[in-house]
Amino acid sequence: ALGLGGKPSGLSTDETPNSFEDITNYNNFYEFGTGKTDPAQYAGSLKTAPWSVQIDGMVDRPGSYGVEDLTPEAALEERVYRLRCVEGWSMVIPWLGVPLAGVLGKAGVQPGAKYVAFRTLHDPEQMPGQRSRVIDWPYREGLRLDEAMHPLTILATGLYGRVLPNQNGAPIRLVVPWKYGFKSIKSLVSITLTDKQPQTSWQMLQPGEYGFYANVNPQVDHPRWSQATERRIGSGLFGGRQETLMFNGYGDQVAGLYAGMDLAKHY
Amino acid sequence: MLQQLNRWVRHVPVWAVWLLGSIPLGLLAWDTLQGQLGVDPVRDIEHRLGRTAIYFLLATLAVTPLLRLTRLNLMRFRQALGLICFSYAACHLAAWVVFDMAFLWTQMLGDVAKRPYLVFGMLGFVMLLALAVTSNRFSIRRMGARWRQLHRLVYPAAILAAVHWLWALKVWESWPLTILVAVLVLLGLRLLRKTPRAGPMTVARRPG
Repeated sequence: ALGLGGKPSGLSTDETPNSFEDITNYNNFYEFGTGKTDPAQYAGSLKTAPWSVQIDGMVDRPGSYGVEDLTPEAALEERVYRLRCVEGWSMVIPWLGVPLAGVLGKAGVQPGAKYVAFRTLHDPEQMPGQRSRVIDWPYREGLRLDEAMHPLTILATGLYGRVLPNQNGAPIRLVVPWKYGFKSIKSLVSITLTDKQPQTSWQMLQPGEYGFYANVNPQVDHPRWSQATERRIGSGLFGGRQETLMFNGYGDQVAGLYAGMDLAKHY
Repeated sequence: MLQQLNRWVRHVPVWAVWLLGSIPLGLLAWDTLQGQLGVDPVRDIEHRLGRTAIYFLLATLAVTPLLRLTRLNLMRFRQALGLICFSYAACHLAAWVVFDMAFLWTQMLGDVAKRPYLVFGMLGFVMLLALAVTSNRFSIRRMGARWRQLHRLVYPAAILAAVHWLWALKVWESWPLTILVAVLVLLGLRLLRKTPRAGPMTVARRPG
Protein backbone atom coordinates (compact mmCIF):
# COMPACT_ATOMS: atom_id res chain seq x y z
CA ALA A 1 0.00 0.00 0.00
CA LEU A 2 2.14 2.81 -1.28
CA GLY A 3 -0.76 5.20 -1.77
CA LEU A 4 -1.98 7.20 1.20
CA GLY A 5 -4.81 9.66 1.50
CA GLY A 6 -5.27 12.57 3.82
CA LYS A 7 -8.00 15.09 4.61
CA PRO A 8 -7.17 18.63 3.46
CA SER A 9 -6.39 21.01 6.30
CA GLY A 10 -7.02 24.70 6.85
CA LEU A 11 -3.50 24.93 8.22
CA SER A 12 -1.99 24.25 4.77
CA THR A 13 -0.32 26.99 2.77
CA ASP A 14 -1.62 27.64 -0.72
CA GLU A 15 1.95 28.02 -2.05
CA THR A 16 2.90 25.56 -4.78
CA PRO A 17 4.66 22.52 -3.33
CA ASN A 18 8.07 21.46 -4.56
CA SER A 19 8.09 18.44 -6.82
CA PHE A 20 8.30 14.93 -5.35
CA GLU A 21 11.67 14.73 -7.12
CA ASP A 22 12.98 17.83 -5.29
CA ILE A 23 11.69 16.74 -1.90
CA THR A 24 13.13 13.24 -2.12
CA ASN A 25 16.55 14.05 -3.63
CA TYR A 26 17.72 16.98 -1.53
CA ASN A 27 17.85 15.96 2.10
CA ASN A 28 19.82 16.59 5.24
CA PHE A 29 19.79 13.23 7.01
CA TYR A 30 23.33 12.78 8.33
CA GLU A 31 22.52 9.21 9.41
CA PHE A 32 23.09 8.41 5.72
CA GLY A 33 25.88 10.87 4.95
CA THR A 34 26.42 14.61 4.95
CA GLY A 35 25.84 15.14 1.21
CA LYS A 36 22.43 16.32 0.02
CA THR A 37 21.99 13.27 -2.21
CA ASP A 38 23.45 10.73 0.25
CA PRO A 39 20.09 10.01 1.93
CA ALA A 40 18.37 9.27 -1.41
CA GLN A 41 21.30 7.06 -2.34
CA TYR A 42 21.85 5.15 0.90
CA ALA A 43 18.59 5.18 2.89
CA GLY A 44 17.45 1.95 1.23
CA SER A 45 19.20 0.01 4.00
CA LEU A 46 16.73 1.30 6.59
CA LYS A 47 14.11 -1.29 7.52
CA THR A 48 10.94 0.65 8.30
CA ALA A 49 8.52 -2.18 9.08
CA PRO A 50 7.76 -3.34 11.65
CA TRP A 51 8.45 -0.13 13.55
CA SER A 52 7.36 1.01 16.93
CA VAL A 53 7.86 4.14 18.96
CA GLN A 54 8.62 3.97 22.66
CA ILE A 55 6.61 6.58 24.56
CA ASP A 56 7.71 6.96 28.14
CA GLY A 57 8.63 9.34 30.94
CA MET A 58 5.84 11.34 32.51
CA VAL A 59 2.92 9.59 30.82
CA ASP A 60 0.06 7.50 32.19
CA ARG A 61 0.40 4.75 29.60
CA PRO A 62 4.07 4.28 28.73
CA GLY A 63 4.92 1.62 26.19
CA SER A 64 5.85 0.65 22.73
CA TYR A 65 3.34 1.90 20.16
CA GLY A 66 3.16 0.62 16.59
CA VAL A 67 3.26 3.27 13.88
CA GLU A 68 -0.11 2.03 12.55
CA ASP A 69 -1.68 2.64 15.95
CA LEU A 70 -0.22 6.14 16.36
CA THR A 71 -1.10 7.29 12.85
CA PRO A 72 -4.04 5.25 11.52
CA GLU A 73 -4.61 5.97 7.86
CA ALA A 74 -8.14 7.20 8.48
CA ALA A 75 -6.79 9.96 10.73
CA LEU A 76 -4.22 11.33 8.28
CA GLU A 77 -4.43 14.95 7.20
CA GLU A 78 -2.60 16.61 4.37
CA ARG A 79 -0.57 19.55 5.65
CA VAL A 80 1.19 21.62 3.00
CA TYR A 81 3.92 23.37 4.98
CA ARG A 82 6.86 25.60 4.21
CA LEU A 83 10.16 24.12 5.36
CA ARG A 84 13.06 26.50 6.09
CA CYS A 85 16.48 24.94 6.57
CA VAL A 86 18.97 26.63 8.87
CA GLU A 87 21.35 26.63 5.88
CA GLY A 88 19.26 29.27 4.10
CA TRP A 89 17.13 27.31 1.64
CA SER A 90 13.46 26.42 1.71
CA MET A 91 10.84 24.14 0.16
CA VAL A 92 7.08 23.62 0.34
CA ILE A 93 6.10 20.07 1.25
CA PRO A 94 2.71 18.34 1.25
CA TRP A 95 3.01 16.15 4.33
CA LEU A 96 0.57 13.49 5.46
CA GLY A 97 0.33 13.12 9.20
CA VAL A 98 -1.51 13.54 12.45
CA PRO A 99 -1.23 16.21 15.15
CA LEU A 100 1.36 15.23 17.75
CA ALA A 101 -1.08 16.43 20.43
CA GLY A 102 -3.39 13.51 19.68
CA VAL A 103 -0.55 10.99 19.88
CA LEU A 104 0.61 12.38 23.22
CA GLY A 105 -3.03 12.26 24.35
CA LYS A 106 -3.08 8.49 23.72
CA ALA A 107 -0.19 8.05 26.11
CA GLY A 108 -1.72 10.43 28.67
CA VAL A 109 0.59 13.33 29.53
CA GLN A 110 1.00 13.78 33.27
CA PRO A 111 0.53 17.24 34.81
CA GLY A 112 4.20 17.77 35.74
CA ALA A 113 5.53 17.25 32.20
CA LYS A 114 7.03 20.37 30.61
CA TYR A 115 9.08 19.09 27.68
CA VAL A 116 9.11 16.34 25.07
CA ALA A 117 12.36 14.64 24.07
CA PHE A 118 12.67 12.77 20.75
CA ARG A 119 15.21 10.27 19.46
CA THR A 120 16.05 8.82 16.07
CA LEU A 121 17.00 5.17 15.58
CA HIS A 122 20.65 4.43 16.37
CA ASP A 123 21.83 1.50 14.27
CA PRO A 124 24.95 1.95 12.11
CA GLU A 125 24.07 -1.28 10.29
CA GLN A 126 20.97 0.34 8.87
CA MET A 127 22.24 3.91 9.02
CA PRO A 128 25.79 3.84 7.60
CA GLY A 129 26.33 7.57 8.22
CA GLN A 130 26.37 6.81 11.93
CA ARG A 131 29.76 5.12 11.52
CA SER A 132 31.14 8.62 11.13
CA ARG A 133 31.12 10.63 14.34
CA VAL A 134 29.99 13.94 12.87
CA ILE A 135 27.22 13.96 15.48
CA ASP A 136 26.97 12.32 18.90
CA TRP A 137 24.41 9.66 17.91
CA PRO A 138 21.56 9.05 18.36
CA TYR A 139 20.09 12.24 16.93
CA ARG A 140 18.12 14.00 19.64
CA GLU A 141 15.55 16.75 19.53
CA GLY A 142 13.11 18.36 21.93
CA LEU A 143 10.15 20.69 22.22
CA ARG A 144 8.50 22.55 25.03
CA LEU A 145 5.18 20.83 25.83
CA ASP A 146 3.09 23.77 24.53
CA GLU A 147 5.06 23.66 21.24
CA ALA A 148 4.50 19.91 21.02
CA MET A 149 0.75 20.31 21.67
CA HIS A 150 0.37 23.10 19.08
CA PRO A 151 -1.99 22.15 16.25
CA LEU A 152 0.69 22.89 13.61
CA THR A 153 3.02 20.24 15.07
CA ILE A 154 2.51 16.89 13.39
CA LEU A 155 3.97 13.42 13.13
CA ALA A 156 4.20 12.69 9.42
CA THR A 157 4.13 9.26 7.79
CA GLY A 158 3.72 10.31 4.19
CA LEU A 159 4.08 13.01 1.59
CA TYR A 160 2.49 13.66 -1.78
CA GLY A 161 -0.07 10.97 -1.16
CA ARG A 162 2.58 8.32 -0.67
CA VAL A 163 4.21 6.51 2.20
CA LEU A 164 7.14 8.57 3.48
CA PRO A 165 10.32 7.72 1.52
CA ASN A 166 13.19 6.55 3.73
CA GLN A 167 15.33 9.60 2.96
CA ASN A 168 12.57 11.84 4.30
CA GLY A 169 12.50 10.16 7.70
CA ALA A 170 10.43 7.00 7.30
CA PRO A 171 8.41 5.57 8.75
CA ILE A 172 7.48 8.38 11.13
CA ARG A 173 8.94 11.82 11.71
CA LEU A 174 8.20 15.09 13.42
CA VAL A 175 7.29 18.24 11.47
CA VAL A 176 7.41 21.64 13.21
CA PRO A 177 7.00 24.17 10.40
CA TRP A 178 7.91 27.38 12.25
CA LYS A 179 11.31 26.04 13.32
CA TYR A 180 14.45 25.33 11.31
CA GLY A 181 14.28 21.95 9.61
CA PHE A 182 16.73 20.23 11.94
CA LYS A 183 14.12 20.36 14.73
CA SER A 184 11.86 18.08 12.69
CA ILE A 185 13.55 14.84 13.75
CA LYS A 186 13.32 11.83 11.44
CA SER A 187 12.81 8.08 11.86
CA LEU A 188 11.56 8.44 15.40
CA VAL A 189 11.98 5.59 17.88
CA SER A 190 11.39 7.33 21.18
CA ILE A 191 9.28 10.09 22.71
CA THR A 192 9.90 10.96 26.36
CA LEU A 193 7.87 13.37 28.46
CA THR A 194 10.01 15.14 31.01
CA ASP A 195 10.13 18.14 33.32
CA LYS A 196 13.65 19.16 32.22
CA GLN A 197 14.70 20.79 28.97
CA PRO A 198 16.15 17.91 26.95
CA GLN A 199 19.52 17.95 25.19
CA THR A 200 19.31 18.38 21.44
CA SER A 201 21.93 17.20 18.95
CA TRP A 202 22.82 20.45 17.23
CA GLN A 203 22.90 22.39 20.48
CA MET A 204 25.21 19.73 21.93
CA LEU A 205 27.48 20.09 18.89
CA GLN A 206 27.58 23.89 18.60
CA PRO A 207 25.75 25.64 21.43
CA GLY A 208 26.81 29.06 20.14
CA GLU A 209 25.19 28.41 16.79
CA TYR A 210 22.13 26.26 17.47
CA GLY A 211 19.74 26.83 20.34
CA PHE A 212 16.99 24.72 21.85
CA TYR A 213 14.23 26.82 20.27
CA ALA A 214 15.62 27.24 16.72
CA ASN A 215 12.60 29.27 15.64
CA VAL A 216 12.93 30.62 12.11
CA ASN A 217 13.89 34.25 12.71
CA PRO A 218 15.22 36.60 10.01
CA GLN A 219 16.44 39.03 12.69
CA VAL A 220 18.68 36.57 14.50
CA ASP A 221 21.52 35.46 12.25
CA HIS A 222 23.42 32.23 12.45
CA PRO A 223 26.87 33.36 13.66
CA ARG A 224 28.35 32.32 10.32
CA TRP A 225 25.60 33.41 7.90
CA SER A 226 22.62 35.69 7.60
CA GLN A 227 19.10 34.33 8.06
CA ALA A 228 17.42 37.37 6.47
CA THR A 229 16.73 35.67 3.14
CA GLU A 230 16.36 32.20 1.71
CA ARG A 231 16.63 30.44 -1.61
CA ARG A 232 13.53 28.48 -2.65
CA ILE A 233 14.68 25.14 -4.02
CA GLY A 234 13.31 24.44 -7.48
CA SER A 235 13.24 28.07 -8.58
CA GLY A 236 16.07 27.58 -11.07
CA LEU A 237 19.36 29.30 -11.68
CA PHE A 238 17.91 32.80 -11.62
CA GLY A 239 15.28 32.21 -8.95
CA GLY A 240 17.03 34.61 -6.59
CA ARG A 241 16.25 34.88 -2.90
CA GLN A 242 13.15 35.73 -0.94
CA GLU A 243 12.80 37.33 2.45
CA THR A 244 12.60 34.91 5.33
CA LEU A 245 9.45 35.40 7.39
CA MET A 246 9.35 35.52 11.18
CA PHE A 247 8.43 32.04 12.47
CA ASN A 248 8.60 30.97 8.80
CA GLY A 249 5.33 32.78 8.18
CA TYR A 250 3.47 31.01 11.01
CA GLY A 251 3.69 33.98 13.39
CA ASP A 252 -0.08 34.48 13.61
CA GLN A 253 -0.44 30.98 15.03
CA VAL A 254 2.68 30.63 17.18
CA ALA A 255 4.03 34.05 18.21
CA GLY A 256 1.94 33.83 21.39
CA LEU A 257 3.99 30.85 22.58
CA TYR A 258 7.00 33.15 22.96
CA ALA A 259 5.37 36.26 24.39
CA GLY A 260 7.83 38.12 26.61
CA MET A 261 10.80 35.97 25.58
CA ASP A 262 14.00 37.49 24.21
CA LEU A 263 14.34 35.49 21.00
CA ALA A 264 17.89 36.73 20.39
CA LYS A 265 18.83 35.06 23.67
CA HIS A 266 16.61 32.01 23.26
CA TYR A 267 17.58 31.31 19.63
CA MET B 1 64.18 7.94 -16.97
CA LEU B 2 63.56 11.24 -15.24
CA GLN B 3 65.65 13.05 -17.80
CA GLN B 4 63.55 11.51 -20.50
CA LEU B 5 60.39 12.57 -18.71
CA ASN B 6 61.65 16.11 -18.30
CA ARG B 7 62.62 16.19 -21.97
CA TRP B 8 59.13 15.02 -22.91
CA VAL B 9 57.54 17.58 -20.59
CA ARG B 10 59.48 20.31 -22.36
CA HIS B 11 57.65 19.47 -25.56
CA VAL B 12 54.23 19.84 -23.97
CA PRO B 13 52.93 23.28 -24.88
CA VAL B 14 51.55 25.46 -22.12
CA TRP B 15 48.22 25.73 -23.90
CA ALA B 16 47.76 22.01 -23.25
CA VAL B 17 47.55 22.86 -19.54
CA TRP B 18 44.91 25.49 -20.30
CA LEU B 19 43.03 22.89 -22.31
CA LEU B 20 43.21 20.47 -19.39
CA GLY B 21 42.12 23.26 -17.04
CA SER B 22 39.03 23.99 -19.10
CA ILE B 23 37.73 20.41 -18.86
CA PRO B 24 36.03 20.86 -15.44
CA LEU B 25 34.33 24.02 -16.72
CA GLY B 26 33.20 22.22 -19.86
CA LEU B 27 31.78 19.34 -17.82
CA LEU B 28 29.99 21.78 -15.54
CA ALA B 29 28.50 23.64 -18.51
CA TRP B 30 27.45 20.34 -20.05
CA ASP B 31 25.80 19.13 -16.84
CA THR B 32 24.05 22.47 -16.44
CA LEU B 33 22.65 22.49 -19.96
CA GLN B 34 21.61 18.84 -19.69
CA GLY B 35 19.85 19.49 -16.37
CA GLN B 36 22.10 16.93 -14.68
CA LEU B 37 22.99 19.09 -11.68
CA GLY B 38 20.21 17.74 -9.54
CA VAL B 39 17.70 19.48 -7.35
CA ASP B 40 19.78 22.56 -6.49
CA PRO B 41 21.89 23.58 -9.51
CA VAL B 42 22.93 26.87 -7.85
CA ARG B 43 24.68 25.07 -5.04
CA ASP B 44 26.30 22.54 -7.37
CA ILE B 45 27.68 25.18 -9.73
CA GLU B 46 29.02 27.32 -6.89
CA HIS B 47 30.60 24.41 -5.04
CA ARG B 48 32.10 22.68 -8.07
CA LEU B 49 33.76 25.91 -9.21
CA GLY B 50 35.15 26.51 -5.71
CA ARG B 51 36.47 22.96 -5.39
CA THR B 52 38.11 23.10 -8.81
CA ALA B 53 39.82 26.39 -7.90
CA ILE B 54 41.35 24.83 -4.81
CA TYR B 55 42.47 21.70 -6.69
CA PHE B 56 44.39 23.89 -9.15
CA LEU B 57 45.81 25.87 -6.24
CA LEU B 58 47.13 22.58 -4.84
CA ALA B 59 48.61 21.73 -8.25
CA THR B 60 50.31 25.13 -8.37
CA LEU B 61 51.75 24.62 -4.91
CA ALA B 62 52.94 21.13 -5.79
CA VAL B 63 55.25 22.29 -8.59
CA THR B 64 58.16 23.42 -6.41
CA PRO B 65 58.21 20.43 -4.00
CA LEU B 66 57.92 18.12 -6.99
CA LEU B 67 61.01 19.69 -8.51
CA ARG B 68 62.96 19.51 -5.26
CA LEU B 69 61.95 16.01 -4.26
CA THR B 70 61.74 14.23 -7.61
CA ARG B 71 63.57 16.61 -9.95
CA LEU B 72 60.50 16.54 -12.19
CA ASN B 73 60.39 20.02 -13.68
CA LEU B 74 56.95 21.44 -14.28
CA MET B 75 57.94 25.05 -13.66
CA ARG B 76 56.87 26.09 -17.14
CA PHE B 77 53.29 25.25 -16.31
CA ARG B 78 53.09 26.93 -12.95
CA GLN B 79 51.90 30.29 -14.19
CA ALA B 80 49.12 28.66 -16.20
CA LEU B 81 48.09 26.47 -13.24
CA GLY B 82 47.93 29.54 -11.00
CA LEU B 83 45.90 31.50 -13.52
CA ILE B 84 43.50 28.59 -14.02
CA CYS B 85 43.06 28.45 -10.25
CA PHE B 86 42.30 32.18 -10.22
CA SER B 87 39.84 31.83 -13.11
CA TYR B 88 37.86 29.20 -11.22
CA ALA B 89 37.96 31.28 -8.05
CA ALA B 90 36.58 34.24 -10.02
CA CYS B 91 33.80 32.05 -11.49
CA HIS B 92 33.04 30.70 -8.00
CA LEU B 93 32.69 34.25 -6.68
CA ALA B 94 30.58 35.27 -9.69
CA ALA B 95 28.27 32.26 -9.14
CA TRP B 96 27.79 33.38 -5.55
CA VAL B 97 27.00 36.95 -6.57
CA VAL B 98 24.71 36.10 -9.49
CA PHE B 99 23.00 32.79 -8.72
CA ASP B 100 23.22 32.39 -4.96
CA MET B 101 22.84 35.98 -3.72
CA ALA B 102 21.06 37.33 -6.83
CA PHE B 103 22.82 40.71 -6.56
CA LEU B 104 21.54 41.47 -3.05
CA TRP B 105 24.45 43.87 -2.56
CA THR B 106 23.51 45.08 0.92
CA GLN B 107 23.27 41.58 2.32
CA MET B 108 26.43 40.50 0.47
CA LEU B 109 28.52 43.41 1.73
CA GLY B 110 27.20 42.94 5.26
CA ASP B 111 28.01 39.23 5.08
CA VAL B 112 31.49 39.70 3.63
CA ALA B 113 32.27 42.16 6.42
CA LYS B 114 31.22 39.96 9.33
CA ARG B 115 30.94 36.29 8.40
CA PRO B 116 34.30 34.64 9.07
CA TYR B 117 34.13 32.10 6.26
CA LEU B 118 33.22 34.82 3.77
CA VAL B 119 35.91 37.14 5.15
CA PHE B 120 38.41 34.31 4.66
CA GLY B 121 37.16 33.49 1.18
CA MET B 122 37.19 37.08 0.06
CA LEU B 123 40.65 37.76 1.53
CA GLY B 124 42.00 34.70 -0.24
CA PHE B 125 40.40 35.85 -3.48
CA VAL B 126 41.90 39.35 -3.23
CA MET B 127 45.33 37.76 -2.73
CA LEU B 128 44.87 35.51 -5.75
CA LEU B 129 43.72 38.55 -7.73
CA ALA B 130 46.94 40.39 -6.85
CA LEU B 131 48.96 37.36 -7.96
CA ALA B 132 47.02 36.97 -11.21
CA VAL B 133 47.37 40.64 -12.11
CA THR B 134 51.15 40.52 -11.57
CA SER B 135 51.73 37.10 -13.12
CA ASN B 136 52.92 38.56 -16.45
CA ARG B 137 56.60 38.90 -17.46
CA PHE B 138 56.38 42.67 -17.45
CA SER B 139 55.44 42.73 -13.74
CA ILE B 140 58.16 40.21 -12.92
CA ARG B 141 60.82 42.37 -14.54
CA ARG B 142 59.37 45.59 -13.22
CA MET B 143 58.88 44.51 -9.60
CA GLY B 144 62.15 42.68 -9.08
CA ALA B 145 62.57 41.37 -5.54
CA ARG B 146 59.20 42.73 -4.48
CA TRP B 147 57.58 40.31 -6.93
CA ARG B 148 58.88 37.33 -4.97
CA GLN B 149 57.68 38.85 -1.74
CA LEU B 150 54.22 39.55 -3.17
CA HIS B 151 53.88 36.06 -4.58
CA ARG B 152 54.46 34.49 -1.19
CA LEU B 153 50.81 35.50 -0.68
CA VAL B 154 49.93 32.22 -2.33
CA TYR B 155 50.66 30.49 1.00
CA PRO B 156 48.15 32.44 3.14
CA ALA B 157 45.70 32.40 0.21
CA ALA B 158 45.79 28.59 0.12
CA ILE B 159 45.20 28.29 3.85
CA LEU B 160 42.39 30.85 3.71
CA ALA B 161 40.74 29.01 0.83
CA ALA B 162 40.83 25.66 2.63
CA VAL B 163 39.51 27.16 5.87
CA HIS B 164 36.82 29.02 3.90
CA TRP B 165 35.58 25.67 2.64
CA LEU B 166 35.67 23.96 6.03
CA TRP B 167 34.06 26.86 7.83
CA ALA B 168 31.11 27.08 5.46
CA LEU B 169 29.99 23.60 6.55
CA LYS B 170 27.91 22.66 9.56
CA VAL B 171 30.10 19.73 10.63
CA TRP B 172 33.74 18.70 10.14
CA GLU B 173 33.79 16.86 6.86
CA SER B 174 36.68 14.61 5.92
CA TRP B 175 37.31 15.72 2.33
CA PRO B 176 37.87 19.46 2.97
CA LEU B 177 39.91 18.48 6.05
CA THR B 178 42.08 16.32 3.80
CA ILE B 179 42.52 19.28 1.46
CA LEU B 180 43.59 21.53 4.34
CA VAL B 181 46.11 18.91 5.42
CA ALA B 182 47.39 18.69 1.83
CA VAL B 183 47.83 22.47 1.73
CA LEU B 184 49.73 22.38 5.01
CA VAL B 185 51.94 19.51 3.82
CA LEU B 186 52.79 21.37 0.62
CA LEU B 187 53.67 24.47 2.61
CA GLY B 188 55.55 22.43 5.20
CA LEU B 189 57.74 20.88 2.52
CA ARG B 190 58.97 24.38 1.73
CA LEU B 191 59.96 25.05 5.31
CA LEU B 192 61.84 21.75 5.52
CA ARG B 193 64.28 22.60 2.81
CA LYS B 194 64.83 26.18 1.93
CA THR B 195 67.14 26.57 -0.99
CA PRO B 196 67.72 30.00 -2.47
CA ARG B 197 67.42 28.82 -6.04
CA ALA B 198 63.89 27.50 -6.39
CA GLY B 199 61.97 30.60 -5.44
CA PRO B 200 58.95 31.98 -7.27
CA MET B 201 61.32 33.66 -9.74
CA THR B 202 61.54 30.45 -11.72
CA VAL B 203 57.98 30.98 -12.87
CA ALA B 204 59.37 33.46 -15.36
CA ARG B 205 61.48 30.87 -17.10
CA ARG B 206 60.53 30.00 -20.59
CA PRO B 207 61.30 26.75 -22.32
CA GLY B 208 64.91 26.37 -23.41
